[in-house]
Amino acid sequence: MAHPELNWLPEAKDRGRQLRAARQLPAAEAWSGLVAIARTRLDFLATEQLDRALSDICAGPDKPDVPHSRLALLSASTEKHLIPGLRVAALRRGIRLHVYSPKFGQYRQELLDKHSGLYAFRPDTVLFAFDWRHLIGSEPTDDGAVAGAIEQMRGFWRIAREQFAAHVIQQTVLNTATPLMGQNEHRLANSPFALVATLNARLRQAADAAGTDLLALDDFAAFDGVSSWHDSRLWHHAKQEITPLAAPVWGDLAARLIAARMGRSAKCIVLDLDNTLWGGVVGDDGVDGIVLGQGNARGEAFTEFQSWLRALSRRGIILAVCSKNDEANALAPFERHPEMVLKRSDIACFLANWDDKPANIRRVAGALNIGMDSLVFVDDNPFERNLVRRELADVAVPEMPDDPSLYVSCIARAGYFEALRLTEDDLRRSAQYQANIERLALQESATDLEGFLSSLDMQLIWSTFDELNRVRLVQLINKTNQFNLTTRRYTDEQVRSLIGNPDVLTLHCRLHDRFGDNGIVGVVIAKPAGNNDEWIIDTWLMSCRVLGRRVEQAMFNLLVELAREKGARTLIGEYRPSARNAMVKDHYAKLGFTPRPGDRWTLSLCEFDSPDVPMITRRFDRDQPGSS
Amino acid sequence: MTNQEVLDRLTPIFREVFDDDSLVIGNGTTAADVEGWDSFNHISLIIAIESRLNVRFQVAEIEDLRNVGELARLIANKLG
Repeated sequence: MAHPELNWLPEAKDRGRQLRAARQLPAAEAWSGLVAIARTRLDFLATEQLDRALSDICAGPDKPDVPHSRLALLSASTEKHLIPGLRVAALRRGIRLHVYSPKFGQYRQELLDKHSGLYAFRPDTVLFAFDWRHLIGSEPTDDGAVAGAIEQMRGFWRIAREQFAAHVIQQTVLNTATPLMGQNEHRLANSPFALVATLNARLRQAADAAGTDLLALDDFAAFDGVSSWHDSRLWHHAKQEITPLAAPVWGDLAARLIAARMGRSAKCIVLDLDNTLWGGVVGDDGVDGIVLGQGNARGEAFTEFQSWLRALSRRGIILAVCSKNDEANALAPFERHPEMVLKRSDIACFLANWDDKPANIRRVAGALNIGMDSLVFVDDNPFERNLVRRELADVAVPEMPDDPSLYVSCIARAGYFEALRLTEDDLRRSAQYQANIERLALQESATDLEGFLSSLDMQLIWSTFDELNRVRLVQLINKTNQFNLTTRRYTDEQVRSLIGNPDVLTLHCRLHDRFGDNGIVGVVIAKPAGNNDEWIIDTWLMSCRVLGRRVEQAMFNLLVELAREKGARTLIGEYRPSARNAMVKDHYAKLGFTPRPGDRWTLSLCEFDSPDVPMITRRFDRDQPGSS
Repeated sequence: MTNQEVLDRLTPIFREVFDDDSLVIGNGTTAADVEGWDSFNHISLIIAIESRLNVRFQVAEIEDLRNVGELARLIANKLG
């Protein structure tokens, strides 16, 4: 049976030489070299080999300065062979993952014993991965076994959250049981096969209620076949539930969830046109000559690809176009071809010219104000793909199959857009970015900046932290990397505890303008700093898409007002440098703070006069239109 | 396929699994002779041989191998 592979990644060229070269370099460059290898199609042996090189490099005296994460893998079967795949999949995303797993059969004791290795490890993510026998017993009598398993898992999730404040992931159960009746198996009350299906359905409900994320192994087994993930010989021989052959893909599924929690899922898909969105070359074949739509199998495959892209954009993924074409030719199918599913208005940024693709992709990132690592570039042409991989290492470039009927499954399988939950802002995002581009166009035509800003009719609508926006606030706090002064992360529980808390000052702001609602664009948490009249700005982050509009000044004016109401006489600002927040290192200097030792800044509120800002500031009012 | 041909095809697989580019194997080589050939890497070895040489071992065959010579004989029989 074919096993799952990293088939969206390109084949490695001369991996052995690259590995040897990386081992000779200083840690930071060695790390980049290993990341590049991790972004190629590795099988389980190559994954183990890369993992050994990774351990050696990270054991050296100078450590690469990269984000870390600590995962505890709790399982009742053998999982040692899966751990290299986890670490390498995190490496693929630029994350150094530390993994802890208790000795075989010990996970329960370790969860319950505060002196265990698990507690000493202090995981930030706990992944529960169990086989069905462990959860419902090998001879269940009825669905009481399922209820018992769910109850037990809920208890484990609670411990993981309360003791470690961890991100909890539950793997759904691989159904390796065999039907005893046949196709109407569900009529047999004690059938393990039927009960595993019930267990997976109830795990989903329970996980949603508890805020636990799922690693949906059952879904992937449904695509690939259980026997491509599970080898019964290895279960009998070594209690391996998942075959080592599947370890690289399994690790990738887990790492996607960790990366999504860190805000590292892709946000935008940049599309080529000819032979990517339709068959043929529009500049040569004309609008009537391209292959698209009903009556032709290849044409229908392109239509289906477009429909999937449109559905992605409806749930918040931004679409952009980057095509070597005359603009008029490139636009013609969008304007005139009756079978085009995607419309010009679905594309937030449309670049058709003869410049090289890396240059155009940089423009896309600039126009949308997002990082290169938020982009996925889709092109049927291997030359363009390799050029982009070489020039822009952080852009994800799936190795596209030749057959357009496989485009959707190839990109979907890569999991670039893994999302843990959706907010109203996600669903509105494409329109927001579209409006952003229009704003940019207006900016180019406006002669002075102040005139441009006041022509936007901006309104800053603020509130303290509230239940209504809690999910979005947690998301912003945990994924904002660039405009983030301290990069302090807060769990859902911690944010919940701030709501309505009179001892802290919380603030979030939404920005409206004549082009629409930008969603929540700024978050502040301030706390008393020991001394009663000094308050420290613990967290200040903003969405980069509203930069250059004086929103930070307007937010600060508001913060000063609220801090004065709390009795503050001095504000302390803090800048904690990270790999990604250099853009805000002068933030407090620009606001008029005085530098103090240790990346701290102070401002005396008696001497502060709020500068004018080009927007109205008002408190959120549920009954007023445009406030939701 | 001759015994030597099988050994020639096994050598690069052994080298990859045990991460040793200079590893030399013969019919008399046992797990004790190869650094890292424990029960864990034994599975990696078997699975790697299966996928590289397109053969399949039965559950008993995974456990019963005593040395490389036996492994090579088994593979030669399967490949015909």
